[in-house]
Amino acid sequence: MTEPLLAVSGLKVAFRTERGMVRALFGVSFSVDAGETLGLVGESGCGKTVTALSVLRLLSSPPAVVEGGRVGFGGKDLLALSEEEMCAVRGKEISMIFQEPMTSLNPVLTIGEQVAEVYTAHRTCGKEEAAARAREWLRRVKMPDPERRMREYPHQMSGGMRQRAMIAMAIALEPALLIADEPSTALDVTIQAQILALLEEMREQKRKMAILLITHDLGVVHEFADRVAIMYLGRIVEVARTPDLFADPIHPYTQGLLRSLPGKSVGGKRLPSIPGTVPDLHSIPTGCPFADRCPFRQGALERFRAGETAQDELSVCDRVDPPLEEYAPGHFAACHYQKAKRPGGGG
Amino acid sequence: MNGGNGTLLSLENLYKHFPVRRSFFSREILKVHAIDGVSLDVPEGKTVGLVGESGCGKTTLGRVALRLVSPDSGRIRFEGKDITRLSGEELRRTRRRMQIIFQDPYSSLNPRMRVSDIVGEGWLVHGMGGRREIREKAARLLLRVGLSADAADKYPHEFSGGQRQRIGIARAIALSPKLVVADEPVSALDVSVQAQILNLLKDLQEEYGMAYLFVSHDLRVIRHMSDTVAVMYLGKLMEVSPAEELFRGPLHPYTRSLLAAVPMLGGAPREKIVLRGEIPSPLAPPPGCRFHTRCFMAQKVCEEVCPLLRESVPGRFTACHFV
Repeated sequence: MTEPLLAVSGLKVAFRTERGMVRALFGVSFSVDAGETLGLVGESGCGKTVTALSVLRLLSSPPAVVEGGRVGFGGKDLLALSEEEMCAVRGKEISMIFQEPMTSLNPVLTIGEQVAEVYTAHRTCGKEEAAARAREWLRRVKMPDPERRMREYPHQMSGGMRQRAMIAMAIALEPALLIADEPSTALDVTIQAQILALLEEMREQKRKMAILLITHDLGVVHEFADRVAIMYLGRIVEVARTPDLFADPIHPYTQGLLRSLPGKSVGGKRLPSIPGTVPDLHSIPTGCPFADRCPFRQGALERFRAGETAQDELSVCDRVDPPLEEYAPGHFAACHYQKAKRPGGGG
Repeated sequence: MNGGNGTLLSLENLYKHFPVRRSFFSREILKVHAIDGVSLDVPEGKTVGLVGESGCGKTTLGRVALRLVSPDSGRIRFEGKDITRLSGEELRRTRRRMQIIFQDPYSSLNPRMRVSDIVGEGWLVHGMGGRREIREKAARLLLRVGLSADAADKYPHEFSGGQRQRIGIARAIALSPKLVVADEPVSALDVSVQAQILNLLKDLQEEYGMAYLFVSHDLRVIRHMSDTVAVMYLGKLMEVSPAEELFRGPLHPYTRSLLAAVPMLGGAPREKIVLRGEIPSPLAPPPGCRFHTRCFMAQKVCEEVCPLLRESVPGRFTACHFV
């Protein structure tokens, strides 16, 4: 097997708050191969964005504290680089596009200046050359009327155009890895489709550009990602190739998410929902983070309380945080119940 | 769309334009064409899904239907009665039977009121019971929407987004309305909580027999909830069809491109349509068909003549020259 492009392992991040330390990532591990698209999926507050920001070392510290782990990229550990070395990586080797293009663009610089800045900041060329290249990139991301837009400010553009400008900036130096944090969430569906089609086109043109696509939308992942990682409460609970994850989800959280998606058919039936809500990060349960919403765990508890079973078969869920284990080639999940039940579990 | 038997709400040729200044210092007044000649019926006990992108006027239409915003022209009939120009006591009495659920469960609940007062305010306003009785009724209703009875004494900030939306729903159904306008009720919620709220809305509809005008930009939610779907674009309806048929075979080119834009998971394979261009500003909607600037079927006539909504297939209505 060849070395992955990005290898995050055991990443732990916490934040100092008035109510004490709050852990956001509990040892997150995943990898992205060159040219691959990995979808990182989870609900709000699960740590998707913190993961992305820690890879680029963009979390401000304090309040953030990286407590451990490694971010391997091209043979280096990004966490060990000096700020200066890190600046050379950002934008050039790894770049990022954000959910809200309005707040991530500079309101007092024209779009042309901002795209050109990518070149001048990395000293790849002079000012005039940079402006010419910026114009070329705006054309490539299909910015309508690029000549005029070069001279305009972000507030003069629509959300879709701003996101195109962001994409132009992010891929102007042809990075090996693009981190896209909810790139289409703030946009209308028809514009969303345009942006995803653009990303797809860019990915095809630059064969080797890998994408870490962060989203809460399983539909987008289904169409766009080669592999999917599901996050819950600061952990990755399942990773698999996209078709495998949708065909045979192993973790009860993934199963619940897929079942509870509306719109698979018209009307009528009740949606199977996941009971309860995501716990507050200030009071993370010990053991499996999903235990108090898990149908397997709750089922075992009920059977035990009703006296049907002599012992609480899944008491382990309350005590031990399950590790990711491989169920099929490349298909990992973190679940005590499945490990005991499924053939090949933990193999 | 004739207002036959069982029509609870009937919107007839409604217009609503909002005046705005071009800029703060400008004298020039422009008009936002929020609703431009919309007719739509909501049958009793059924759900009409109203779907469209931001700025298309769907929220305004929901508010006009409840007379929270008065239309410039057109007619609103509710339970067979013209309520377009009602005011004062009569309007207040009608409003008992029409309620709204808002999108944002954070800003739509008064942070200084106890939950029991929020839910019971309708009863108080309409003089339905004393304080003690209202408190008891509120507690029962909170149980019904899936909260614990002690929720009654708490304040909104003590609840999560999904729980707050349950409070909003309890407030909406407290007066046993016939019509509830649900304005993006699950858009602010996480997927795993969304399903709980959608289920609750369905259960309550079955129990109380309310009709929903369900406003959403999310086609997946619309598909799950609706009996009839109305597709809106820049202040006009593009297509009105039974949900089943619309999702099996969308007719209007805009509906087709909307369905093509959303990964549905399951169901028919999607068409490959990526619309060109942006949504035009509602301040200056294009002449002719509103959609012609982005439409892949547009011809010369579309730039000049605005197509009317007509029954192009039995039971299905489209506004397109070529469908």
